Amino acid sequence: MTKTHYDIAVIGGGPGGYVAAIRAAQLGLNAVVIEREHLGGICLNWGCIPTKALLRAAELRHSIDEMQAFGISVGDVTIDLPAMVKRSRKVAARLSAGVTHLLKKNKVPVIEATATIGKPLKNGREVHLSDGTVISASHVIIATGARARSLPGIEPDGKSILTYREAMVPQDMPKSLIIVGSGAIGAEFASFYNDLGVEVTLVEALDRILPVEDSDISAFVAKAFEKRGMNILTNVKLQSVTAGSDGVLAKLDGDHPDLQAERMILAVGIIGNVENLGLDGTAVKIDRGHIVTDGFGATAEPGIYAIGDVTGPPWLAHKASHEGILCVEKIAGGKDLHAIADGAVPGCTYCRPQVASIGLTEAAATKAGHSIKTGNFPFAGNGKAIALGDDAGFVKTIFDATTGELLGAHMVGPEVTELIQGFAIARSLEATEAELMATIFPHPTLSEAMHESVLDAYDRAIHF
Amino acid sequence: MSVNVTMPALSPTMTEGTVAKWLIAVGETVHSGDVIAEIETDKATMEVESIEDGVVAHILVEAGSENVAVGTVIAILAEAGEAVDAISATPVTAAADEAPAAPAETPIAVAQTSVTQTGVAQKSMAETSKRIFATPLARRIAANKGIALDGLTGSGPHGRILRRDVEAAPAAPAAPAVQITPASANAMSLSAAAGASELVANSQMRQVIASRLQQSKQQAPHFYVTVDCQIDTLLAARRALNEKAPDGVKISLNDLVIRAAAMALMAVPDANVAYEDTHTRRFQHADICMAVAIDGGLVTPVIWAAETMGLAALSQTTADLASRARQGQLRAAEYTGGSFTISNLGMFGIREFAAVINPPQGAILAVGAGEQRPVVVDGALTVATVMTVTLSADHRAIDGAVAALWLQSFKGFVENPVTMLL
Repeated sequence: MTKTHYDIAVIGGGPGGYVAAIRAAQLGLNAVVIEREHLGGICLNWGCIPTKALLRAAELRHSIDEMQAFGISVGDVTIDLPAMVKRSRKVAARLSAGVTHLLKKNKVPVIEATATIGKPLKNGREVHLSDGTVISASHVIIATGARARSLPGIEPDGKSILTYREAMVPQDMPKSLIIVGSGAIGAEFASFYNDLGVEVTLVEALDRILPVEDSDISAFVAKAFEKRGMNILTNVKLQSVTAGSDGVLAKLDGDHPDLQAERMILAVGIIGNVENLGLDGTAVKIDRGHIVTDGFGATAEPGIYAIGDVTGPPWLAHKASHEGILCVEKIAGGKDLHAIADGAVPGCTYCRPQVASIGLTEAAATKAGHSIKTGNFPFAGNGKAIALGDDAGFVKTIFDATTGELLGAHMVGPEVTELIQGFAIARSLEATEAELMATIFPHPTLSEAMHESVLDAYDRAIHF
Repeated sequence: MSVNVTMPALSPTMTEGTVAKWLIAVGETVHSGDVIAEIETDKATMEVESIEDGVVAHILVEAGSENVAVGTVIAILAEAGEAVDAISATPVTAAADEAPAAPAETPIAVAQTSVTQTGVAQKSMAETSKRIFATPLARRIAANKGIALDGLTGSGPHGRILRRDVEAAPAAPAAPAVQITPASANAMSLSAAAGASELVANSQMRQVIASRLQQSKQQAPHFYVTVDCQIDTLLAARRALNEKAPDGVKISLNDLVIRAAAMALMAVPDANVAYEDTHTRRFQHADICMAVAIDGGLVTPVIWAAETMGLAALSQTTADLASRARQGQLRAAEYTGGSFTISNLGMFGIREFAAVINPPQGAILAVGAGEQRPVVVDGALTVATVMTVTLSADHRAIDGAVAALWLQSFKGFVENPVTMLL
């Protein structure tokens, strides 16, 4: 039987997989993408992109409340939820089509199937497709992503207990909502539903919301959410959840009273899609639902690689893409490649107020033994933020006192998700405080708050 | 026009000197190349030659004057045809005064040093030294730790030196590193006059080599024993081994030499030692360093417990270490330590040489080329392939008889390779 042989077979067409395939094509390698559902993966179809479309709608809705202050009167406001969701789906569809085009342009074939890795061959591995055909590839990259984790005894039913997937395409607005988990996904849904008038309770097992962020950021967002009327419970675990015709009843641990709401969204993390890939009998190691890899995607089994969410946190599309590129460049014999360094992946949360960060939190920097200098600058001291009518938030920077290394940057406030790349570039160029201070930031922009924060770390802030 | 004679900088660190003796007098004619004075530094007395023709107009610093700063005008010459009386006793230009520490405007050449100095202004740092690409953070960390960037290989885009490259660099020996300032480390590029030369800043590696080998020669009383080894049998054994060797394994003559040295160290453990002031360290394994020449210096990666390795494993280890050494990819732990060193210059056709002991080790073996030479066997002249090796030993720890015994053992293994393959 003749088999089609590829240099690289990528299982999964999300932001890790399709980017890896395109990079492979650029390097002259013969690559194929095997995707079971939608090109673009969760990010594009059920994650980053459609949620941003929804959050934009919520933000516009919120801004109407502020119009009066700008001298604009708005009449009756009605919300057409189906139209809102439809737009979100259209945005996702457009981008998915864009990925199809990009792969075609790079002459990367796409096979619509699920795939199982087969036996080793002299020149790679067999890959069995769900349609019965068998192909082979010198290198197989697993980029199958992840799915919502559920809690023991709490099964999402898609009606009252939802995961992000159903939460993204609501038919109607519930009156009340419990969101379990206050990471990026939980915080974004909390913000979205709250802006559309839903009574939201945010439940977090750890001691603060957005627990991976710097504690100052967590505290600021918690305060902003509470001001918007959300109920926030931290240090709370669910004992049991019962879904009935009138909604969801959640029993909590400790002395916390029961919670009752019309619906619940589970946002307690995700788990890698490691099943049915044919990994049994290979040396590939799986640890707590994620494939173990080195810094370049290599698993313990020669010829099998894994990138993106399936390899573990941070579960971020841009991490997956970068890993895909590194993995392929390594396979192609690239030189001077460096695995992603700790703290090099920026994280963004698109709730209101937005949160963006890179590098170490203050607590982590101290724990790592750095002697630090921290700077903090509030958007209340930034002209552009005041003009925008959106001056809540701040920029916090953390430097190593000895070397001037920018250890971390943490921002909350207007458009900070668009600003964080400035600090990412600074870190990747290994700038110190001196270069950041010597850089001219344009006026009037929100980015001036970044400059001032750096200056503040060295007691040189001008506007505060 | 008159010319100033200034106190020369006879070494990069010299800041002042003593005019020990004038060999000229006012009114005397001097020619280029004439010795005009003796200058004393804290280290030595050196003769200073004139590189100009002229007549001595003024001697401004009397013989015996101490602590004269480098650059100070010590005498003034009148050029040919110029009236001596017309020359003012004040130096003609202010250049030397403005930069007393800089070797500017000096119409004299310094005998015994290769540095010539001219009236041409010293070139700026940017013109004379290669630009080093390094991130600001890498520069900051290197400066904090006293690591010279020019000795490092950058792993960033286009070879840019990153923080990780600086952090991976071996820690600098405290004293010399701190003194690497742009002024002293920088190349002083001078005009292309006869005898011109260039000062190139010493890399970190060069400084380490210098200090360690100087320490070795100063502290370890070296003695040398040399022996000729006939290696025809060894070469035949090597051919036979390579025919049977697994794929990818190619045993070199050097691998066999390392093997023989490892076996000899086990057979004569008294030679596998290091002298450490109050005690002598006796190594339990033959941890053999092999000297690998790399760009700008050398490194000595260690083959730990070489006596425990089969030839195939040994060969792969040496090949891997040598290749990574040349690419600058060794980890510090891979070139630190060891009980004995082998330096092989056979590939350059060197017949024999004596190597400097790699401190704190007790001995080093210098290996020459295997070459066909006439030898006498049973009273008859014949031809054999002969390799001459010289053992340099530290007499504090290893006595002559021990060194001889070791060489005898080594020669035995090399000439009867079957015995070392056991």
